[in-house]
Amino acid sequence: MRKAIKTVLGASLMVVGLLAPAQAAGDAKQPGVIDWSFNGPFGTYDRDALRRGYQVYKEVCASCHSMNQLSFRNLSQDGGPEFTEAEVKALAKEYVVEDGPDDYGDMFERDALPSDRFVAPYPNDNAARAANGGAYPPDLSLINKARSGGPDYIHALLSGYQDAPEGVEMRPGLYYNPYMAGGKIAMPSPLMEDLLEYGDGTPATVEQMSLDVTHFLNWAAEPELEARKRTGFMVLIYLAIFAGLMYATMRKIWADLH
Amino acid sequence: MSGESTYNPGTGFTQWLDTRLPILRLAHDSFIDYPTPKNLNYWWTFGGILTFCLVTQIVTGIILAMHYTPHVDFAFNSVEHIMRNVNYGWLIRYIHANGASMFFIAVYIHMFRGLYYGSYKAPREVLWILGVVIYLLMMAAAFMGYVLPWGQMSLWGATVITNLFGAIPLIGENIAIWLWGGYSVDNPTLNRFFSLHYLIPFLIFGVVILHIWALHVPGNNNPTGISVKTKQDTIPFHPYYTVKDGFALAIFLILFSYFIFFAPNVLGHADNYIQANPLVTPAHIVPEWYLLPFYAILRAVPDKLGGVALMFGAIFVLFLLPWLDTSKVRSARYRPLFRQFYVLFILDCLLLGYLGAQPAEGIYIVLARIGTIYYFAHFLVVLPVLGIVEKPKAIPESISEPVLAAKPAE
Amino acid sequence: MAEQEKPQTSPETEQPNRRDFLYLATGAFAAVGVANVVWPLVHQMNPDASVKALASIEVDLSSVETGQSITVTWRGKPVFIRRRTEAEITEARGVAITDLPDPQGDGERVQKDEWLVMVGICTHLGCVPLGQSGDFNGWFCPCHGSHYDTSGRIRKGPAPKNLEVPTYEFVNDTRIKIG
Repeated sequence: MRKAIKTVLGASLMVVGLLAPAQAAGDAKQPGVIDWSFNGPFGTYDRDALRRGYQVYKEVCASCHSMNQLSFRNLSQDGGPEFTEAEVKALAKEYVVEDGPDDYGDMFERDALPSDRFVAPYPNDNAARAANGGAYPPDLSLINKARSGGPDYIHALLSGYQDAPEGVEMRPGLYYNPYMAGGKIAMPSPLMEDLLEYGDGTPATVEQMSLDVTHFLNWAAEPELEARKRTGFMVLIYLAIFAGLMYATMRKIWADLH
Repeated sequence: MSGESTYNPGTGFTQWLDTRLPILRLAHDSFIDYPTPKNLNYWWTFGGILTFCLVTQIVTGIILAMHYTPHVDFAFNSVEHIMRNVNYGWLIRYIHANGASMFFIAVYIHMFRGLYYGSYKAPREVLWILGVVIYLLMMAAAFMGYVLPWGQMSLWGATVITNLFGAIPLIGENIAIWLWGGYSVDNPTLNRFFSLHYLIPFLIFGVVILHIWALHVPGNNNPTGISVKTKQDTIPFHPYYTVKDGFALAIFLILFSYFIFFAPNVLGHADNYIQANPLVTPAHIVPEWYLLPFYAILRAVPDKLGGVALMFGAIFVLFLLPWLDTSKVRSARYRPLFRQFYVLFILDCLLLGYLGAQPAEGIYIVLARIGTIYYFAHFLVVLPVLGIVEKPKAIPESISEPVLAAKPAE
Repeated sequence: MAEQEKPQTSPETEQPNRRDFLYLATGAFAAVGVANVVWPLVHQMNPDASVKALASIEVDLSSVETGQSITVTWRGKPVFIRRRTEAEITEARGVAITDLPDPQGDGERVQKDEWLVMVGICTHLGCVPLGQSGDFNGWFCPCHGSHYDTSGRIRKGPAPKNLEVPTYEFVNDTRIKIG
């Protein structure tokens, strides 16, 4: 049996090795691997990057992309940008939402509260499509989990726009990006140098904004990440000790047999 | 359950209960004093691990159903609500989602253990068949469960699989429409899949009870494949195997926890975090990893009906296995030739799994056909012929003999 | 998971104490693990983050005339807000507190004499009482016949307690925040 196991194990490792690149393949360029602060078993988010990333989302992405799964209150919860509750109230107040019906049956507008969802730029998908030449700007709440390659891919895409190489014909309304499958994307390059001014004085380079907004989007997709990794570490320590105790107990009990 | 019961009710209450509902006697005879071969190795711990998996899935599943909404407009958002708002919702959902994969890892090891040591042979044919029934139910539960988050893979996986039934001549189209409750996978489909997904685990639980019953009548097989002859060959299940199963479970939980906490989405597919859209099909529709070999068989055949027939045939052939294997020797330890074909068969299954994840084109199709042919040949040709031509090694007199003789049994 | 090993009564136990300790430690450790697993399974049924975020509401009172009531929903329950008349206030103040089943002065139940704010759930078994009815011109619960007065206090019938006053504050003269 032992030899059989070795053979099978070797073969499965080979299969896994083949599988990994094969799934990510296609004609798109491989995104570079970034050493995100949230990678690894002890990874955490960088609060400053999250706050800057929220600013990029708010001032750039939000004009076309919704983030329907998030509420303003999320911005103050543990493991996120951790704005204060007063800051979140003020951030929410910048938006107006429709509420109602009131006692007369009419809808009315009011300032957004922390418990409200992020305000979407378009009232519905069709409006979003119509305003963007037929291409639907996807909701960004889960984008880092919804694309293979995750944050590396999103960052590469945002900062990887190029002029179309010779021989690649671009229809109007499509832009060349080697990281996109097929190389053509309907979103024009969203970032340019000094597009905005960071509150903390960080220079707003394309690379910086792309890293920050991707960081923020990763938190949006996995707000539980810090708690998850922390809990996981405790669980693994517990299980290691428990397995050790079980092993010792088992040896003692089985020692009776002979 | 075979042999005399050794249960001895200690207190007045247990005596009173024992003459009315001898449930404690049943538990005692099944899980405490159940005579178990003394030489079971770690491959035998997966029965206990699988029971744990089933209970975990049922408990976390019932909890998820408290927060989930089975409606096409709300399903995707309610899953995100679980992930973001419900207390420990992310933990419970990740346990459930990865638990499905862990369940299949365990069941495949359990099945391949049975294949290696000939656990399906007389007198354990019914035990094996019940196991295959459980496996079928597991696949149905897993498939329907994958539809519930209502992501892109949910919708399109369900579309592809339900369309398989359209291959049935004459009534296929009507069966597909009946399954959908409409003309495509839509809200009625989601609702009924939710209902059935909730039901099936309890069916599995019932069949598991039969499976354990069918195990306890002939008793466990063991690594030598030799039947238990005397009391010297067995030890009570508790504490020897409870503690061994417990230790194995702890190790299994370490792997399980790694996935839950540090790689919760590697076994899933990114496209399922995009809400289902009936107007856009993802570039590659791939089932969950545990169904990939069957998916490869399906696509290896250039004919719709043929592909569906072979795919179901690949599972059906397992029902016939106890009668296809003509060898009287159970354990592969004493079957040198079978051992080589066994390894070949595992490699074939892995190859098919790999091919199931690849696009159905070019060399992949050719390889999938070769893999499919070997899969069936293994059961329909190799096993029947091996039993006749193979010369087994010398088999010890009893279980105790090789244990006492020398340590290295292989 | 919760394998509790019983100490073996084996004849050749070399070190019974060490052995017992090991079994005990393993059992105790397993029990701790189970307890930690149970908490998330229980806690998931408590109000979630989105429910807690909605726990307070603001109500505009400017359109409520004297002698009128409005009902708003707070935490899924009706909240009665009544702008009381002089007669009602006098009536509520005129009762001897010691006579009440659940003694409480009217002053303890309102922040401004005019405005009575309370959860519209009968303290008996959770029905919604009817306004301006019953023997005491307050509220009457038709389910089992509980009578409340103009301060929402129980006067007659099976209900044990006065109608509950939620925590609220006046944001300004015409707006209150409940919760």
